Amino acid sequence: MSELFTLPVLLGILYSGIRLATPYLYAAIGETFAQRSGVYNLGVEGIMLMGAYTAFYVASISGDLWLGLGAAAGVGAMLGLLMAFVSVTLRAEQGISGIGLHLFGLGLSTLLFKTTLGGVTSISGFQPVRIPFLADIPLLGDALFNHNLLVYVAFLLVPVANWVINDTTLGLKIRAVGQNPAAADSLGVSVGKIRYLTVTVGGVFAGIAGASLSIALINLFQENMTNGQGFIAVALVYFGGWRPWGVLGGAMLFSLVNALQLWIQVAGIELESDIAVMLPYLLTIVALAVAVRRAQQPAALSKPFERGEA
Amino acid sequence: MNTSARTPLRELKMVDIVKRFPGVLANDGVNFDVRAGEVHALLGENGAGKSTLMRQLYGLYKPDSGQIIIDGQPRVFQSPADAIHAGVGMIHQHFMLVSSLTVAENVALGLASTRGPRLDLDRVAERIRGLAERYGLKVDPSAVVWQLSVGEQQRVEILKALYRGASLLVLDEPTAVLTPQEAQELFVTLRQMADDGHALIFISHKLHEVLALSHRVTVLRDGRLVGTYPTAEMTRADLARLMVGREVLLQYDRPPAQPGETRLQIDGLWAIGDRGVDAVRDFSLTVRAGEVVGLAGVSGNGQRELAEVLTGLRQPSRGKVTLNGRDVTHASPAERIAAGQCAIPEERMRTGVIKDFSVLENAILCDHSHRPFSRNTVLNFGEIAAHTRRLIADYAVKTPTAETPIKNLSGGNIQKLILARELCRKPTVIIAAQPTRGVDIGASEYIHHRLLEQRAAGTATLLISEDLDEIRALSDRIAVIFEGRLMGVVDAATATAESLGLMMAGTRQTE
Repeated sequence: MSELFTLPVLLGILYSGIRLATPYLYAAIGETFAQRSGVYNLGVEGIMLMGAYTAFYVASISGDLWLGLGAAAGVGAMLGLLMAFVSVTLRAEQGISGIGLHLFGLGLSTLLFKTTLGGVTSISGFQPVRIPFLADIPLLGDALFNHNLLVYVAFLLVPVANWVINDTTLGLKIRAVGQNPAAADSLGVSVGKIRYLTVTVGGVFAGIAGASLSIALINLFQENMTNGQGFIAVALVYFGGWRPWGVLGGAMLFSLVNALQLWIQVAGIELESDIAVMLPYLLTIVALAVAVRRAQQPAALSKPFERGEA
Repeated sequence: MNTSARTPLRELKMVDIVKRFPGVLANDGVNFDVRAGEVHALLGENGAGKSTLMRQLYGLYKPDSGQIIIDGQPRVFQSPADAIHAGVGMIHQHFMLVSSLTVAENVALGLASTRGPRLDLDRVAERIRGLAERYGLKVDPSAVVWQLSVGEQQRVEILKALYRGASLLVLDEPTAVLTPQEAQELFVTLRQMADDGHALIFISHKLHEVLALSHRVTVLRDGRLVGTYPTAEMTRADLARLMVGREVLLQYDRPPAQPGETRLQIDGLWAIGDRGVDAVRDFSLTVRAGEVVGLAGVSGNGQRELAEVLTGLRQPSRGKVTLNGRDVTHASPAERIAAGQCAIPEERMRTGVIKDFSVLENAILCDHSHRPFSRNTVLNFGEIAAHTRRLIADYAVKTPTAETPIKNLSGGNIQKLILARELCRKPTVIIAAQPTRGVDIGASEYIHHRLLEQRAAGTATLLISEDLDEIRALSDRIAVIFEGRLMGVVDAATATAESLGLMMAGTRQTE
């Protein structure tokens, strides 16, 4: 145990935790917007896979990472629009249509990967950007301020999302539509427009979440590479009490435990690797059972709105 | 956008409005008009078409034919936003408030901010205080809505409309949730608004309020216009006749109560509500055979939780309930039913019936598991159908067939079926919660007669109602609940609306 808890190792775990938290932050912040407006998008995982594939494919054939990122965001927007159409316009059962979207993304990304790329290749993704001065802070500087751009943006997204939700007229509309759509409708707020907007934005962020894996963190694409991260992101929204700062806390806790178990394996400590891999997921279940305060859940979550229904 | 700078509307007319829903002609060529400076009452029973008419005025429905004309200009409202823009504000019966948001946030919702994308809640709060001052609508702009009393929430609704520069206000049964004193305060506010040149439409089925407040009254019945009359020329009896289409008894003849032994005894009962705080506090009351005890109170003062404890749907935290001498404090609903208690639940669509089940299935919800309705778990539909037909005939339930899904029946007929189902078991104790809420006068009268029949037969009845008129018409003794506590029990014969109102507002009975 002693070799695990040395300062360099702990800093390494912090560094990895921050990296690992990145896709969760994008996906969960996007999902927070959707859920605050009352739409439950369980298809985040499928959108992430499509985003990861698209970013990787476009970046490898064009050689332009930014183009890949943009394409992933675009595909995310389209899939978000699809989810919005199914759940807002067609008023489908959201849990079920989300599962459908996940399977669609999984199948399509696998098919496209096999027909266009065939095998596993890697690319040179976004490189770390050392932030001057801050990265020179003793001890913590390197762990916190020597990451690639997508990592920084993910963490900046938290205060921005918090500001939009709590301090803007748009955020007020989103919160109202998620709590009591009939009241918002009676004041001339278009419930449909707001929900389309949030679910589409959520799709964009889920697409970027996927891209952050394939062209910034892991720098390759393989079948089902997200491996449940989209579902964990949905759970983090609940864990965070539908608030961006809470989501950040959940994402960091989960990612740090994940980083810890990776170090345990690397360090060769006697612990069955399957059990180590389970740790973060077990933690998620326990944390969800303990931490979720249902009172904070948007009252209209996953309920389609129809005018005139009491 | 300065919403209040718009020219106030002077006259609004609705001409030959027709609105159909599948199977129902909700408005059949209705004409209606309202002018600045007047309170125009819209009177009719549930289902007469009042709400449908007003929903078209507010852009929630589009008329199939007919016109809405404001100051001579025909207008088409696609959505509430159009109506709001034309100066129409609506105070819905079920408040359209987001309970997790503050008063200022609810008012600002959907409006442009003076700071672009950023909210300007401090400025909104300032304007709210100004409006509140002018119209006597006291409320704290920074309070979160779910913490407010119902009366305060209603003030927020009115402020929302005024803030948007509404010059025409539609109030849908605004007094249904208020104490008599709060209703009087509301009337003062409404008169002040009319004097200021607002046009007000007051929807109600309470005749004395219509007579006290309005300048003109329009009566609707079965979707059709009965007529528009100057209120000063009408009496209570006139209005009741126009509304129902026949003479209506406004009071019941009751022989004096002859109470027998104690049937239901509640001792020092405490119960925790959904929000985790005590909803029923140290509540004690007895109900004896052959009497009706009315429990009056403003909505949300623990009546619902008390009824749930008494019917076994909520566990009390302390205290004791005795039913026919048996301790039933923690008994299940089934044990209470077996002990001779029946319940008419407050929310009939949620806990009274299964709305997608047929009339027939709903009629045997409690009794399906024993003979003659089933034998060894197999249902006997011949017996069930015969029994249901008897109930339908005995209680004058209007339904196309016994197989019709119960949700297709009117509220009054669903309530009659629940009553039939419960009373046919010959209960010794009845817990009736809001038995005529949302039920038309004809069916209410019928239900009241049935409850008085039970009283004559020696049943003990606890009548929980927010309708003070109903409480006073049926009860022998009246208990008042406020914030979960018993404020006092008075003899119904000598109780005045004023003394009851004071107790409903939290003043303990002084004797």
